[in-house]
Amino acid sequence: MITKEDVEHIGWLARIDINEQETVEYMEKLNSVLEYFGQLDELPTEDVAPTYHVAEIHNVFREDVVEECLSQETVLANTEHKQDGTFRVPKIG
Amino acid sequence: MAKWMSVAQVKDKIKESSAEEVTAGYLEVIEKSKINGYITVSDKALEQAKKIDVEGHEGPLAGVPIAIKDNISVVGLPNSCGSKILEGYVPPFNAHVIEKLLDAGAVILGKTNLDEFAMGSSTETSYYGPTANPWDLERVPGGSSGGSAAVVAAGEAPFALGSDTGGSVRCPAAFCGVVGLKPTYGAVSRYGVVAYANSLEQVGPLANNVEDIAILMDVIAGYDRRDSTSIDSKTEYQKALVDDVKGLKIGVPKEFFGEGIHPGVEKAVWNAIHKFESLGATRQEVSMPNINYALASYYIIAMSEASSNLARFDGTRYGFRANGENWHAMVSKTRAEGFGTEVKRRILLGTYALSAGYHDKYYLKALKVRTLVKQDFDKALSTVDLLMAPTMPNPAFRIGEKIEDPLTLYLSDVNTCPINLAGVPSVSVPCGFTDGLPVGLQIMGKPFDEPTVLRAAYTFEKNTDYHTKRPPEVA
Repeated sequence: MITKEDVEHIGWLARIDINEQETVEYMEKLNSVLEYFGQLDELPTEDVAPTYHVAEIHNVFREDVVEECLSQETVLANTEHKQDGTFRVPKIG
Repeated sequence: MAKWMSVAQVKDKIKESSAEEVTAGYLEVIEKSKINGYITVSDKALEQAKKIDVEGHEGPLAGVPIAIKDNISVVGLPNSCGSKILEGYVPPFNAHVIEKLLDAGAVILGKTNLDEFAMGSSTETSYYGPTANPWDLERVPGGSSGGSAAVVAAGEAPFALGSDTGGSVRCPAAFCGVVGLKPTYGAVSRYGVVAYANSLEQVGPLANNVEDIAILMDVIAGYDRRDSTSIDSKTEYQKALVDDVKGLKIGVPKEFFGEGIHPGVEKAVWNAIHKFESLGATRQEVSMPNINYALASYYIIAMSEASSNLARFDGTRYGFRANGENWHAMVSKTRAEGFGTEVKRRILLGTYALSAGYHDKYYLKALKVRTLVKQDFDKALSTVDLLMAPTMPNPAFRIGEKIEDPLTLYLSDVNTCPINLAGVPSVSVPCGFTDGLPVGLQIMGKPFDEPTVLRAAYTFEKNTDYHTKRPPEVA
């Protein structure tokens, strides 16, 4: 069972602000879904290997060739928060 | 202008008049739309069509208009993913599939509505409001590619691109009475598609008929070095369009006809399977015992991958940014205000499933169950050529009916998500009606055996007329 404290901690890990009222709502909804996920415990899987993805391809390499990338102007075009060719953000901490 | 044209008919119309006139015709239909299927209508579509008229184009889709789901990047058109957090974001590059479409001469009509970040089965969670089902405006079109399916069903585009992570092309295809294909994992490059759950999702086409699906696949499929999961399969899709299923072995997995299936859906799907038998295919029951665990496994994997993929949306480089006294506060407020409830719920569940102490219990367990589901498919498809089942267990539900209870909504993906876990191809084709609403038949095949999947779908279409029915609301 997820507690209110768990929801607050997950919110912090995921960098999503959650207020007091939302904490309770999330707790209820998340618990009903987690209870459903619990059905997987019925299935014995000790000797089963995990499948991370289905395409059986490994170590996809290509030549290390220098190519043209997006210009600084293009990269900065989607924000109003810029200064001296960089993204401007509030101070950290 | 006839609204519901096949690609072949659109091309004839272009020869008779012009690409510009055909595009203008669709823009006129879109203008009168009642379904909120488009988030953005391209202001460059007419110009693009005119250029093809003036300069000529040898591509297979010269002048043919297409609608694109709004999580696929198109230069110059906003890419919202149906979310406030990407408000104002315009991609500086084209997705691989868009490059391929433009090379083929296609005209981009606009970007279609979707569940926020492609998370949902109803297109109700879009920041830009829900899309209505053209068959009944009070019902959902399915999701998450609800906009793409609805605009095709309403005659607002001849065909469209969607993306399918757990059924997001097939579900709306079934609910809106159109054809939708989830290709084999790796068949279509995901470069330039905003990632939700990258080990599961594939770009897929939606159209009024199977032939148009094959035409579109021949354009968009193929190897792309920018997607490390891309595979060059050399599959020829249009060549698969043969009206013959004699000798094909069809497996019917009983687990896909589980408790809670709507009787009208069950009847329509069985009628379709019997139709195949009358056309010379044989049928046998197959058992896939782990399918009942696929939904839980799917959601754990999808949410875990989503929590990682959506970490990039922090208000720093593009889209919406909230004010905060320091960087952490700015990011946490941006994500709280920028994401909708369902997206936040999935990020939180995914973060929990990956967090210390719970990784093995949820994420690793889900990956192991995925192996068992894949083995079920391998085993079943070693004895039969195709599997057939209902795409959705019920017809389109009412707007607002399921949105408050996430688990109920998740349960509607029970027949579509196993396919994404296994990576196999699957198409949904219209196979009848119940309560005046379309029903979809799901045809699943071996990896990269789209030719057999499409051959069966094409044969069904040639011997029935469900795909020619049009919604009454907009007819």
